Amino acid sequence: MNAILESSPIIGSFQTHAEAVSAQVLRVASRELALQSVVQLLQQEGVEDKPDFYAVWARCPMVGPDERKMLEAAIPGLKFDVTRELAAAAKVGISQMDWALANTGTLVQSADEVDKRLVSTLPLLHIALVSTAAILPDLAAVLTRVDPRKSAYLSFITGPSRTADIERVLTIGVHGPGRLIIVLVDNLEVAA
Amino acid sequence: MKQEFKQSILDALANPNLAGALGRFSVAYRVSRAKAYEGIDFEAVRTQIADIKSSAATHFDELAETFTRAAEARGAKVFRANSPQAVKDYILKLAQERGVKSIVKSKSMASEEIHLNQHLEKAGIAVRETDLGEWIIQLAHQRPSHMVMPAIHMTKEEVAEVFSETVEPGQMPDIPKLVKFARGKLRPIFLGADMGISGANIAVAETGSLVIITNEGNGRMVTTLPRIHVAIVGLEKLIENFAGIEPILTALPRSATAQLLTSYVSIISGPAPNTDGTPKDLHIILMDNRRNEMAHDPRFKPALQCIRCASCLNVCPVFRLVGGHVFGKVYTGGIGTILTAWFGALKESDEIQSLCIQCGNCKEVCPGKIDIPDLILELRRRLAVEQGQPMVQKAIFSVVNNRRMFHAMLRAASLGQKPFASQGFIRHLPLFLSSMTDFRSLPAIAEEPFRDRIKKIKQPKCAEKAAFFGGCLVDFAYPEMGEAVVRVLNKAGIEVTFPEAQTCCGAPARYSGAYEVAAQNGADNIHALLSEDVNYVVSACPTCTVALKQDFIANLEAVGRSDELPAARRLAEKVVDFSTLVSQLLEQGRLKFKEGIDGGKFTYHDSCHFKRTLHADQAPRKLMKQAGYELVEMQESDMCCGMGGSYTLKLPELSAPILERKLVNIEQAGAPLVLIDCPGCVMQIRGGLDKRGSNIKVEHTAQRLAESLQ
Repeated sequence: MNAILESSPIIGSFQTHAEAVSAQVLRVASRELALQSVVQLLQQEGVEDKPDFYAVWARCPMVGPDERKMLEAAIPGLKFDVTRELAAAAKVGISQMDWALANTGTLVQSADEVDKRLVSTLPLLHIALVSTAAILPDLAAVLTRVDPRKSAYLSFITGPSRTADIERVLTIGVHGPGRLIIVLVDNLEVAA
Repeated sequence: MKQEFKQSILDALANPNLAGALGRFSVAYRVSRAKAYEGIDFEAVRTQIADIKSSAATHFDELAETFTRAAEARGAKVFRANSPQAVKDYILKLAQERGVKSIVKSKSMASEEIHLNQHLEKAGIAVRETDLGEWIIQLAHQRPSHMVMPAIHMTKEEVAEVFSETVEPGQMPDIPKLVKFARGKLRPIFLGADMGISGANIAVAETGSLVIITNEGNGRMVTTLPRIHVAIVGLEKLIENFAGIEPILTALPRSATAQLLTSYVSIISGPAPNTDGTPKDLHIILMDNRRNEMAHDPRFKPALQCIRCASCLNVCPVFRLVGGHVFGKVYTGGIGTILTAWFGALKESDEIQSLCIQCGNCKEVCPGKIDIPDLILELRRRLAVEQGQPMVQKAIFSVVNNRRMFHAMLRAASLGQKPFASQGFIRHLPLFLSSMTDFRSLPAIAEEPFRDRIKKIKQPKCAEKAAFFGGCLVDFAYPEMGEAVVRVLNKAGIEVTFPEAQTCCGAPARYSGAYEVAAQNGADNIHALLSEDVNYVVSACPTCTVALKQDFIANLEAVGRSDELPAARRLAEKVVDFSTLVSQLLEQGRLKFKEGIDGGKFTYHDSCHFKRTLHADQAPRKLMKQAGYELVEMQESDMCCGMGGSYTLKLPELSAPILERKLVNIEQAGAPLVLIDCPGCVMQIRGGLDKRGSNIKVEHTAQRLAESLQ
């Protein structure tokens, strides 16, 4: 699938840096294909309609009411009305990020709505969707675009949760997700 | 130095886990930090940070007001507290009013600084640290040994033992399992907590924003899950503008852990919704605790440029041996010594300041551009003023300053120890002096000091003259280095004089905090060296060169002798180190190398002041390669050799293992010759190699140059 998509230095740089911090990066050509690949991933992960096996999906522009119905039907155990209890009992969290930063492999999200924070904090696997067109070069570029007067909680995520607190040995997945899968989506409208 | 303190150093040195973990980390850190900064202009970034934070420190009150207005307009409550007690009272009262029973914390040095946990626990509130390292430390009832890696001194076996004893029996020393265990045990505590307490890495005044950086994700949980969030923010975290986040976020993760960015960065600007839809009950405490007072002290104001990355710990040759616990307080390492003196009391830094060997590594990597060694010297100076100099030290300075008497005494001592000297070395000294020769031989004192030997050298009459500043080691132990300097300069048509009235460069006094003595040394030398009409003032000792070029001025300024500054500056302009002068003379065609020399391999040791103060480290390498030698770089060539002037006398326990590491690096380089531009380092390294029975030769660059030039 990736072969037919045109590459660019900024996309390549993002992928390299994200993979360097143990994130997994996929790229798809459209919104429909993105939703399809999430369905596949959730099936692979064994998401089920029982505690510890749920998937929680934070509200996002990519998923309208029709898609939501389709997705709920495809994956039993996938929840869109995210609560703290559901997120705590979920295996997978899914959310759409607003920007990505090429030179650090970072995802950026205005995350005032608490479901956005819950799905990328509590489950073991976080699947992050982001528009390929929303990849910015660096921190400086995103800091001029975000407005702290409008966003009470800005989240920057660079790879999965990690620690090296015991004997300096890098260990992935402490309090946050132990895995991060980033789906780059082409031909998606960019957040303003 | 108190016996207790010495004992804590010995205990730390005897702890193999500590030395192993920190030693390995310090080697890896150097490489990974450099990689993390690839493509980034570090000097530009740190200049930006220093400017932003220095300007903030000038306007703490204004910024705190702006921050308060902006954060409160967005719905946060801001409390400004001067004292640790006020912070503790505020949080306890808030917790009691809101019926808080359980608190989760993400890492906050400010909360450690005021011993918050104990205060809340005494009132019956459960407080859990959630950063893995901090949690381990809390369970083990220890103190963090490193600002960024609090439990770096513990092995996985110790961690498993702590978990087994305090949480659940039967934990195995397997790191992924221990991490998973911590996740499982802390998760319900996160979900059940009523209040989250965090620090902040940056506080932006114009927007009322807090920037919180973590890797584990506990920062996001502490600020998201409980309904109340309290952030404790030291005033030094304030910056004026939102754009100022960029350079700090660029440097902090790179300098702290060699990451391009930490896994999580949260920028919180006012209360965001809780999981039940209510707005967060957000309290931000701006804590002073002497930060404002520090901002008004022109010498110490730069310390407020610190972004708490702990890189000064990671590059410190002493810290990697002893770790953080010998510092006895919350803040450790170079910057920690300064913060302890301020946030605690000056006298609390009395012993720990002596750990600094003044190598200058930390100054080079500090992203806040803080001259940490200089601030430690200033602590030393203030301590000496406050407590007076020890009697013994006073007596020593009075001898050191009288050169004839000093040499006579050294000579007498060396004759007295004649049975111990052979082939130019003293290998064993008796009784209490034995610690000086335990790990390295000492040079025998020259029969005739250089000041007498130079009179016997037949020099050509030249148009140009250079005054030679000997310094104690060249004058009394290594006159042959001085003779090499004379030979080389004569070849270039420069006559060398030795102004007789020159005395100690003042470095021993300065580095002991005795600035009045150091200033007088400077004044005497300025008078002596300016009394002759010379083109250059040359020294073969970098510490002396730095004294002549910079410290005389600084010492006179420090004691208010400003009328002598113009003369000090006139002298400084004439001063040049030997290798740099030779490079210039070669460029001018006044010196030429002999043809066809195959000198073989050599390795080069960078002396601290030579590289980091004089920035002359490339000159000798280039010269010797031109001369026909092949350079083989050793590992950590610019790491201190452990000499540090009087440091090796005061703390031989630390000087020895620092030297040990240097010797191993030298031996691994595999060259038969080490060249050095500092007689102090020659003494340390030559003596160390002699003790090991090594055949590797150690020489001052001047000596090889004298042989290599036409």
